[in-house]
Order: sequence, then structure tokens, then C-alpha cells
Amino acid sequence: MQSSSHSTSEAMRAVGRPFARRQARPGWVAIDFAELWQYRELLVFYAIRDIKVRYKQTLLGAAWAILQPVLTMVVFSIFFGRLAGVPSDDVPYPIFAFCALLPWQLFAYALTQSSNSLVENRQMLTKVYFPRLIVPLASVLAGLVDFAIACVVLVGMTLYYDIVPGWGMLTLPFFTLLALAAALAVGLWLSALNVKYRDVRYAIPFLAQFWLFITPVAYSSTLVPDKWQILYGVNPMVGVVDGFRWALLGKTPPGPMLVVSMVATVLLLAGGLFFFRRMEKSLADII
Amino acid sequence: MSDLAIQVKGLSKRFRIGKQDRYPTIRESLMRAAAVPLRAIRFWAAAQNTASADWIWALRDLDLEVKQGEVLGIVGRNGAGKSTFLKVLSGITEPTAGHADIYGRIGSLLEVGTGFHMELTGRENIFMNGALLGMRRHEIRRKFDEIVGFAETEKFIDTPVKHYSSGMYLRLAFAVAAHLDPEILIVDEVLAVGDIQFQRKCLGKMQEVSKSLGRTVLFVSHNMDAIQRLCSKCLLLENGELAAHGETSAVLAEYVSNDGRKAIANEWIDVSGTHRTGTGEVRFVAVQYSSLNESVAFQACSSGPLEFRLAIVSDSSRTIESLAVSILDASGKRLVNADTVLIGRSIQLCTGRNLVRLRIDKLHLNPGGYGVALWLANPRTARSARSVYDYVEFAFEMDVVPAVSEQFKLSPSAAVTCDFNLVDVTWQDEAEQESRQAVEMRETGPRTAL
Repeated sequence: MQSSSHSTSEAMRAVGRPFARRQARPGWVAIDFAELWQYRELLVFYAIRDIKVRYKQTLLGAAWAILQPVLTMVVFSIFFGRLAGVPSDDVPYPIFAFCALLPWQLFAYALTQSSNSLVENRQMLTKVYFPRLIVPLASVLAGLVDFAIACVVLVGMTLYYDIVPGWGMLTLPFFTLLALAAALAVGLWLSALNVKYRDVRYAIPFLAQFWLFITPVAYSSTLVPDKWQILYGVNPMVGVVDGFRWALLGKTPPGPMLVVSMVATVLLLAGGLFFFRRMEKSLADII
Repeated sequence: MSDLAIQVKGLSKRFRIGKQDRYPTIRESLMRAAAVPLRAIRFWAAAQNTASADWIWALRDLDLEVKQGEVLGIVGRNGAGKSTFLKVLSGITEPTAGHADIYGRIGSLLEVGTGFHMELTGRENIFMNGALLGMRRHEIRRKFDEIVGFAETEKFIDTPVKHYSSGMYLRLAFAVAAHLDPEILIVDEVLAVGDIQFQRKCLGKMQEVSKSLGRTVLFVSHNMDAIQRLCSKCLLLENGELAAHGETSAVLAEYVSNDGRKAIANEWIDVSGTHRTGTGEVRFVAVQYSSLNESVAFQACSSGPLEFRLAIVSDSSRTIESLAVSILDASGKRLVNADTVLIGRSIQLCTGRNLVRLRIDKLHLNPGGYGVALWLANPRTARSARSVYDYVEFAFEMDVVPAVSEQFKLSPSAAVTCDFNLVDVTWQDEAEQESRQAVEMRETGPRTAL
């Protein structure tokens, strides 16, 4: 940046135009993607920091990334699969649950971390300028490492259950991206709200739990009556989980619900970005 | 136009105070939103509401220009708007009105440790902090050795910074920021920490940045000495307004003289609203000073006695170990410190208003203007910062007038007298004169009494 921007600023000086102007902006502002790109290294550093710091001074370290989904799967298999007899689309219940837990944990983690990110970094936010969008964005990205570790378990399970995923597996990155986008969308809204209303901090664990029940993790989305399917798809994670199950187990392909989930994500994300930008202006004053 | 670094026009920033003290909850906001139509009906209530909302102007109508390569000092009392001004310039917060044009890359020397993570190593923190300040990775890599060298932390560079001593931590933090290469460098009171050697090193680095590299530096400090040494120009902020802008010495003189509310001797000075720090459980509300000498209108006299009457309000009855009145020179340097802890006397206070009298027997100060600071603490019983009840850094300003010798009606030369005794006078042989010590002057330090 330094050499190029130096010459630009020199050029601007020559024509007598300001390099940067600080002034009150109108209420709604567009996202400055160029600036975001300039600070891309900071984004990477933030994400790396979150990852490095995550399991520092823990006994089990990165094993937590495996333990959490595996133990949840075990509990689900016993109570929902065995005792309650929840149908699992003709695949063994453990892998049926794990295929959904994988994106779910990514979503829940990214959502929680990004929602708290601004408040947790408030010291920095009031002392130095950088695009604030970096903070929740980095928190979302940091979740990918746990996701990757848990994927290893999934590979082991497909071998154990002798399941060979088809070509549909190639769509997994897309569904992962959709989960991240959904988490970022909600995270943007909540992190900005959290700056002003600290209630958000306490609402997040409840929200995550609530969301788990309205997402087909422990059960199949086919249980939901047809006439409610479209409405059900408004929850972006419905599309993501169905996509994961289809890509890995190859049973029911995601229907129109997926389109609904995608549209919902895009709308939520666009709204979140604008809301975030609006809050950004007064962020340093009220955080 | 081309040599401008910063151009500020009508810059204003308004804050809401009072109600912003605690975070609103969603319930309250919803209630407020629900009350809107109600308020619209009751028009007078709405009017009343806006009137009672407390707004303060942290910055008001600032106009100024800073030339490239200029080192501009910014002085003003706490809350005068210095930090807000820098925050607006660096883009952290938005102005309410007006604008500031910045010609060049701007970088802030952060408060030491901002953006450092305890669990990460020195190396990781250097890259992390560099990126935070807007440096690129290759840029940091190029300067890495220089940064580590400046910080003198070569051996521990791969150790998590939580194991660093506070000195090492400080040096590393400053080193990263100092090697950032912006066209405009913002330095906000970072020199308040660290030992003298480190401070000198920082000042040297800043001098280098401005003089040899031709960078523009904005420097906020309460350290008048540092401002005087570093800055060619200076600006004085008072209650968010530009009170003075010009040559450093002139502005500093104005700051020092203007800053004080010169107090009249033998009259109560209200200090209940003066800026202060401390828990406030016990606090000074009013002060009076008097030389007990009517012929000089009770003004403080060089070499004369000086009595302070201190009205103190306490929440509960308690013992105070340290009550101090300090006298400071124009640059804020403490010259005289009359602290009860030094004479081992504690003070018993009752709930409510107490009156304490404290007398300096002889004021060893030259004639001139001085500031007075007040202090209440229990340094022995409690170790934390919470043991400071009240600290008024600058309560009022007073004049010390030349001593008037009663008998000769003439003041001696402008030197401070001291306590001394004539011990004896003996006659000596010329042979013994080599080891002569005919008259011994014994000096004693300034004495204070309660």
C-alpha cells in the first residue's frame, strides 16, 4: 500500500485534492470494498489469531473440535435415533446426524463468535481505525479450522459405514459457504446490536439452542409437512443441512427449499451489511 | 495548498452525556419507541424531553491548518477535546459537523499494548500489530529486525508476551508503532508510561521521525517539557474550542496562565466541580489559603508561612493516612509536597463536612505563579488504586509575592531563603587554615507542620 498510495496521495496533493476527508456521513452508506481489500492482511491475521488463541492453555487442545460434534452425535443417536426412533432416511442414524452436525457446529460457532466480536475487541476499536467489518468477518472465518478437523471424523465414518459419496460431494464447498454467509449475516446484525444493547450477549446461547431445534439436525426435514416446507426453508440452515445430507448420503435432493434458503441468506446478509455500516459510525462513541 | 498536511474547517463533535452512562437495554428502547406517539400528542412533554437531554460539544468549530513536516503539540486540560480531535482525524469517530482533510497516510502511535494478545509470541504480535496499524506484511518483514532491535527483545521474540516483563512489553509495543511509516503520525500521551530512559528513547525516535524524515507529527501530552522540546507549533484546546494556536512557547505561556483560575487569598475556593480522579468517597469541596499576614492581603509570601484550610466531605467516619497539598510550577512539576504521611500523622474524619488546617511553616518558593494540587489517600492500608479517594491535579492557581522584611522594609534578592544556623566562630592559626571550617552552615529541608 505504502508505495502506491504514497504516489496517489502525492498526485492528489498536486491537483490540490484531499486524500481523505473526515466528515459526517449520511445515515446509510455503502460498503467500501476497496478499503476492505486494502486491509485483507489484517483479516487474515485476525482469523489466525483467533485460531491460535482458541485452544491455548487447554488440556485437550484441538481435540475439542472433534469431541464436541462426536459427543453430540452419540447423545443424539441414543436418544433420538434409538429411544425415540426418529426416522433417518434409511441411513444409519449416527452418520445421518453427523452430516448435519458438521455444518451446524460451524454455523453456531461462527454466529456466536462474530456476535460478540465487536464488544470483545472494543479496546482496539476505540483506539485505531480499520474497517470494522474485518472483526466479525475474521471470527466467522476462524470457525473453518474446527470444521476441517471435524471433517476428518466424517471421512472415518463414511469408511466405517461403507458409504461412498457420489459426485454430489463436489457441492459441499457451496453449502459450507452458504452456512458461513448465513452465520455472517446474523452475526453482523447481532454484533452491531450488541454494541448498543448488551442483552444480545445473553440472548445468543438461547438463540443458538432455539435455532438447533428449527434446523433438521436431529431429524429429517421430510418430517415437516409439505405445505410448510417453503416457510421452513426461510431458515437458511435448512438448505445447508439438506444440502450436506444430499451431498454426502445422496438420498433426498434439496428441493425448492434450498432456493428459499439462499434468498433468505442473501436478504439477511445485505440487510446486515447495511445495518452494520450504519452502526459503525457511532460505534466508537457508544461501545 | 500543496504543502498542507491537514486542513480542518468548522470541525465539531457532539456527545450525549449523562444518559449514556449505562447501556440501554432493548426493553427500554422499545418502551421509548412505544412512547413516541404519546409524546407527539403531549407536545410539551416532547419539548421538555429534548431540552433535558444533555449534549456537550467535545469539539466546537475548529479551524486550523497543519503544514507538512510540522510537529504540532496539542495541549489542554483533561476533557478539553484533545483525544476526540485525534480520534476524528484518524477516522475512529465521525464529526457531527464540519470536516477535516487529511493529505497522506495517517498512523497512530497506540496506547501501549493496544492490539497485543497475551497468548501470542512477540513475533506474532509484531505482525498482528503492524497489520492493525495498516502496514503490509512485506513492509513489516523488512523492518522486523529493526523493530526487534529497538525493543531489545531478541531473545524472547518467540515467547508469548504474557511472560514478558512490563518493560519489555512496553518497548515492543512502542517499537512497532515507531517503525510504522505514515506521512502523519498521531501520538496521544503514550509517554506517560515507562522509565525515564525509555521515554528519552521514544522522544528521540519521534524527533528523528519529524526532523530527518520530514513527517508531520501531532503530539498530545501533559508533559510541557516534551512539548517544548519537540514541537515547533502548538495548539491549545479549551472546552472543545481552539483557544490558541501558534508558536509553542507563546501557547504554553497562555495555557499555563489561562488554565488556572487564579484564586484570591483568604477566601473560599470552590473545588467541588473541579476535574479529579479517585473513588470520591472522601472529597475536597472547598479550599482557602492564607499567609496569615494582613499587610500583604493574606497572599502567599516567599519564605513566609502558608496555611491551607481544607473543607472535606466524607461518606463515613474514617481515618486518612495521607492528606497532601502540593505546589507545582508552571510546567506541572511538583516543588513542594506537604503530605501528612511524611510526618506520620493520620487524620480522623467524621461523616459529613470536616475542616482540616494544614500549615507550611516556611514556603521556600520564589515569587511567581504556582498551581496547587490536593490529595487524599490511604496508601498503606490498601494497595490497589482504589485507595486514592480524591486527587485534584490542579485545584487553583496562586501567586507567591516577594517577602517583605518587617524591619528593613526591603526584600532580599530573588533567591529563596533557607533554614540555617550560625553554629560558632573560632579563631585559627594560619597553619591550621588548610582545614578550616570556621563557619558551618547547616541546612535543613523544608519543614511542614499540621
